[in-house]
Amino acid sequence: MSDSRVLFDLPGPRARRRQRLGSLLGALLVLVLIGLALWRLGSNGQLEPERWAILFDPSTNVPQRLLEALGNTLEVAAVGMVAATALGALLAVGRLSDHAWVRVPVVTVIEFFRAVPLLVLILFCFLFLPQVGVTLSAFGALALGLTLYNMAVLAEIFRAGIQSIDRGQSEAAYGLGLRKWQVMTFILVPQAVRRMLPVLIAQLVVLLKDSSLGFIVGYMELLRTSRSLVETLNFSFGPRYTFQLYVAAGLIYIIVNVLLSQLAKFVESRSRRSPKTTAAPTDLATGAAPGTATGPGPAGAALLGPGRPGEES
Amino acid sequence: MSFLADNFPLLRDAFLTTLSLAVLSGLVALVLGTVLAAMRVSPIAALRGLATFYVETFRNTPLTVVFFFLAFGIVYIDLQFPSRFITAVAALSLYTAAFVSEAVRSGINAVPPGQAEAARAIGLDFRQSLSTIVLPQAFRTVVPPLGSVWIALAKNTSIAAGFAVTDLTAVLQRLANANADELALVFLAVVAAYLLITLPSAWVIGVLERRLAIVR
Repeated sequence: MSDSRVLFDLPGPRARRRQRLGSLLGALLVLVLIGLALWRLGSNGQLEPERWAILFDPSTNVPQRLLEALGNTLEVAAVGMVAATALGALLAVGRLSDHAWVRVPVVTVIEFFRAVPLLVLILFCFLFLPQVGVTLSAFGALALGLTLYNMAVLAEIFRAGIQSIDRGQSEAAYGLGLRKWQVMTFILVPQAVRRMLPVLIAQLVVLLKDSSLGFIVGYMELLRTSRSLVETLNFSFGPRYTFQLYVAAGLIYIIVNVLLSQLAKFVESRSRRSPKTTAAPTDLATGAAPGTATGPGPAGAALLGPGRPGEES
Repeated sequence: MSFLADNFPLLRDAFLTTLSLAVLSGLVALVLGTVLAAMRVSPIAALRGLATFYVETFRNTPLTVVFFFLAFGIVYIDLQFPSRFITAVAALSLYTAAFVSEAVRSGINAVPPGQAEAARAIGLDFRQSLSTIVLPQAFRTVVPPLGSVWIALAKNTSIAAGFAVTDLTAVLQRLANANADELALVFLAVVAAYLLITLPSAWVIGVLERRLAIVR
């Protein structure tokens, strides 16, 4: 049902009038609610331009701190992304191994790290590892936690991608006399990478979002920074700028993530256009709308097969 | 081991808190997500736009930020949740509903168009064809993605610990501070408690999937 319009008849003149009226009333209702919220904000003095100006005034050091915090967020996410992708690829290879003594431990590792909440992993790195002699900063604990969790998820994505390649490809390659590592590196991986790129990027967006858990272990990412800014500013001015700073941190997160999601959509639509990959059945649906790769959408679900739907956190 | 026995009531309560957080938010998210998915395929453009906006916003916001706003932000528009627990349920359900909606929508897309065309041909309107023909079939195909949303939700409840809900992760932090020498045991117990939720869930999802799969 790629076109949802099969669900209803095209509205006639009366139905269209009714729908327009309904939409108008609904829009009015939403506007009234927004207005109400703004009015409450205004009557609490939160909308004074002077309060928002602090976000853009370099002399208060606020924009610099927020920028630095964004840098910190991106830094920990980047470290996590690179490490998780590398380790995930390694684990996926191990999982596809012909030798049970490699496969079984790797499967155990993957399943364990996928089943444990990310926050518990981060706390484990933060609280337990120092006890056994591995001293980690908040950055290290956060990066290690993100890496451990996402490498397991990515390993499953890689495995599903490689297994989704038509069996004839590897059979033909073996028939030509290639060895297993040659089949992998020359035949399967190049095809699999193109196919799983959208899901991969979607998972990396999830990783970026999850870096906000640094708030709980005290890493100076966006949320924690705005909290500490609020505390310092409260000290000198009273609780004047609390709301503005939190809104700023939230908005920065949303903007960065939307940008990354757009990248995922773009890559997905490109790979869908490409003649090399369009022949593949990319979906559990007959034709899903584009842009559903983030989270357990159809693209993720299809690639990962019925038993291994996409992951989100 | 006596350490675990001493703290058993604490762990049990925390486990029940985590479980009820997950179940309550799961139910609310399922209802809200289904409504959102229905809005996204509805004939009215305004509803489609509203639902798309909701899903895109919440999918791109970290759950921690959602928690943050419900816990500390909405007091500025003179609203307040009656308790921390309800704040956590609200944050988890609002966030998860976006993912549920995407999963259900993918299921709606997977129902063959002939089904909806036949429903329209025998005179069912949008609401009737969606609720009696399309959604029942859609739900059967989305068991695996919905299952993974549920497991992710069960794990996401751990974030509530950062916002003063005494769930398993909060107890983990508390016990870890008080019993530094038994840290490995504390982690083991808490991880086991989480696995007690996620592993049986994964098994049930697998069974449901096999039972409900539509062979076409």
